[in-house]
Amino acid sequence: MDLDFTKEQEMLRKSVDEFLTKECPFDSVREIEDSEEGFDKKIWKKMARLGWMELHFPEEYGGLGDPFADLTIIMEEMGKKAFPSPFFSSVVMSGILLVEGASEKQKKKLLPDIASGKLLITLAQYEQDGSYLESGITLPAEADGEDYILSGRKFFVLDANIADKLIVAARTTEGVTLFLVDSGGEGISFQKMHTIGKDNNCVVSFDKVRVSQDNLIGSPGEGWKILEKMAQKATVAKCAEMLGGCKESIDMTTAYAKQREQYSTPIGGFQAIQHYMADMRVAYDTSLYYLHKVVWMIDEGIEASKEISALKAQVNEQYKFITERAVQIHGGIGTTREFNIGLFYRRAKAFEYVLGDTDFHYERIAEALEL
Amino acid sequence: MDFRLTKEEEAIKQEFIKFFDAEMKNAPPEFGNGGLEGIYATDEGFEFHKYMARKMGERGWLSMGWPKDCGGRDASIMEQVIFDEVRGYYNAPGVDGFAVGMFAPTLIAGANKEQKNRLLPPIARGEAFYCQGWSEPDAGSDLASLTTTAIREGDHYIINGQKTWTTGGHKAEFMFLLARTDPDSNRGKGLSVFHLRMDLPGIEIRPLLYMDGKHVYNEVFFNNVKIPATDMVGVEGEGWNLTRQTMNFERSGAGGFSGAKRYLEKIIDYVKTTQRDGRTLSKDPNARRKIAELFIASEVGQTLAYKISWMHQKGDFMGLITAACESKLFSTEMAQQMSNYATEIMGLYGQLEAGEHAPMDGSMVELYQFVKGATIFAGTNEIQRNLIAWTGLGLPRLKFRP
Repeated sequence: MDLDFTKEQEMLRKSVDEFLTKECPFDSVREIEDSEEGFDKKIWKKMARLGWMELHFPEEYGGLGDPFADLTIIMEEMGKKAFPSPFFSSVVMSGILLVEGASEKQKKKLLPDIASGKLLITLAQYEQDGSYLESGITLPAEADGEDYILSGRKFFVLDANIADKLIVAARTTEGVTLFLVDSGGEGISFQKMHTIGKDNNCVVSFDKVRVSQDNLIGSPGEGWKILEKMAQKATVAKCAEMLGGCKESIDMTTAYAKQREQYSTPIGGFQAIQHYMADMRVAYDTSLYYLHKVVWMIDEGIEASKEISALKAQVNEQYKFITERAVQIHGGIGTTREFNIGLFYRRAKAFEYVLGDTDFHYERIAEALEL
Repeated sequence: MDFRLTKEEEAIKQEFIKFFDAEMKNAPPEFGNGGLEGIYATDEGFEFHKYMARKMGERGWLSMGWPKDCGGRDASIMEQVIFDEVRGYYNAPGVDGFAVGMFAPTLIAGANKEQKNRLLPPIARGEAFYCQGWSEPDAGSDLASLTTTAIREGDHYIINGQKTWTTGGHKAEFMFLLARTDPDSNRGKGLSVFHLRMDLPGIEIRPLLYMDGKHVYNEVFFNNVKIPATDMVGVEGEGWNLTRQTMNFERSGAGGFSGAKRYLEKIIDYVKTTQRDGRTLSKDPNARRKIAELFIASEVGQTLAYKISWMHQKGDFMGLITAACESKLFSTEMAQQMSNYATEIMGLYGQLEAGEHAPMDGSMVELYQFVKGATIFAGTNEIQRNLIAWTGLGLPRLKFRP
């Protein structure tokens, strides 16, 4: 057993922390949130040069072939800074999806561009009824000669407003099938949704969008399998980001409780506050250690479906618990836009829905336990 | 990062599994669902505890982690954790929590050579059983305020006072006692640790029955009890420091979490084999959600136990204090949740303690009651939270009025 990160991994963690501390302080986070684009291209370009985007891609496609653990370290540090960017939609979700399901030709073409930050891709999976399930994918892709015609709407598409390409999960006669389309193509329009995360969730409309066969990802009917594979890693990566947010929330609150005085004493000396904070710390530590175990299982290629669901359900609930207590301990100031803890309180709710809410994952566990 | 056991560790795990799988078939019906009630509430249960202790003693398992010069073999932390984990899964008795878990480490840390030679081997062989003389009616969480006195008179100490919550005091042959050797001292100063026999004149043991009527706890009264000065352990007046050194801080809680996994397997088996409202209970959405929650808690808890062992192995002792408090807090509240959820899932049958109709032999109803003790004893969960806030987060400590 060895439950430590390597020196190189610790260095990676430090460099992400230093970069984001300098490039994207919390005031910038608020500015990005308030902007129409919801994205800072300058930071993105600088970040692309640091090699974080290609780090987990296989070497044959210009990546570094580093373990999945390294990707989660980056996500964790981004979570600490509440950093808004298309890293998750483009590098994590789409990148992993392409590695799992795209043809050699597609991978050689697309992955290097994602890795250089030049190309932003996102995934359009969910529809109006908000289902996470395979049956929720109904948008028809009708065969028309050599092409397919896509018609309908996709909901909760992250970063569709800034993405260059979309991976659309649609239904053909064979089942769920994935299509790669240019987001600026004819018949495609989007509208931003107003979310608690102040992120780039969009509704994307497809009005008879023509896609050629070359732009299928995987074979017809293979889409759900590819989505499931992607979701395994992407869910865990999101949990790492969420746990970074938990850590920052606890650190911020601890510092505040030591410094804020009432009745001539720091409020951190009151047992009511101490017990809240102890519970927050337990929630964080236990979830973090479990993250490490699940990340290790993935890097080792050990089947981890129910563990991944356990992790997401756990982190969903604990992030909300921690940030709720954190705002409570901050008192009135914690509820203001100018104070940073609110960034995390909102993200806890927003991220709860990413790749499955708690009830969805409970049900997955129940299925895996053959109940 | 590597969570895998080594080949040697896997092999030893198999050896433990083989042993417990075979030996636990010898459990008498009175041992019931095990735990402290299984051990202490009946003569048959305690006999089985002794039987298992001797079996483990023969294999050197009770002393495996002790230093070589104390008769142990310096086994690795991992080996001890694996042992705890397997034993916990089988809910097996035999590792006396007071003798092996608490007094032996105290002796190793503070006893003189003669005492180590005299007192450690019977514990290692599984022949000596202890109870713990710490809590008093007015000294619970604030243990250092205890008032039982041990006054030196020539070659002896004379003990007067009262101890309470003495688990197994009616079965154990020995007690380790924390008493005030300096009657003018207060709090942590002037306390000393003693070994004593429970059948000495002047000792009176009264049962303190648990809410379900079972006899686990006792009150112990000392009226001019005379014990030889050679049974004072460590330096007179330094007993508080010696006690604090060995206060559970190094425990991973691995056994508790694997025990929970075993219970969860049984809950799953129950819902899959029970029909209600025209369907299998496992198809009930509430049952599914509750079981998923319990699965998560048991998974997360087990990883915490591994992390604690790793901290121990690395010598991260500050981290360990926080993590061990987290483990006590997490495991006891998880057990509370488990017994509550399981009995909720059982519906009307969730009230049956025993008998042919009781699901899971009443184990969850028993746990529902006994776990309420677990969130209180061995440092209440509030004390654990204080310690996490102080050592883990650096928040200001409580100020005591002198």
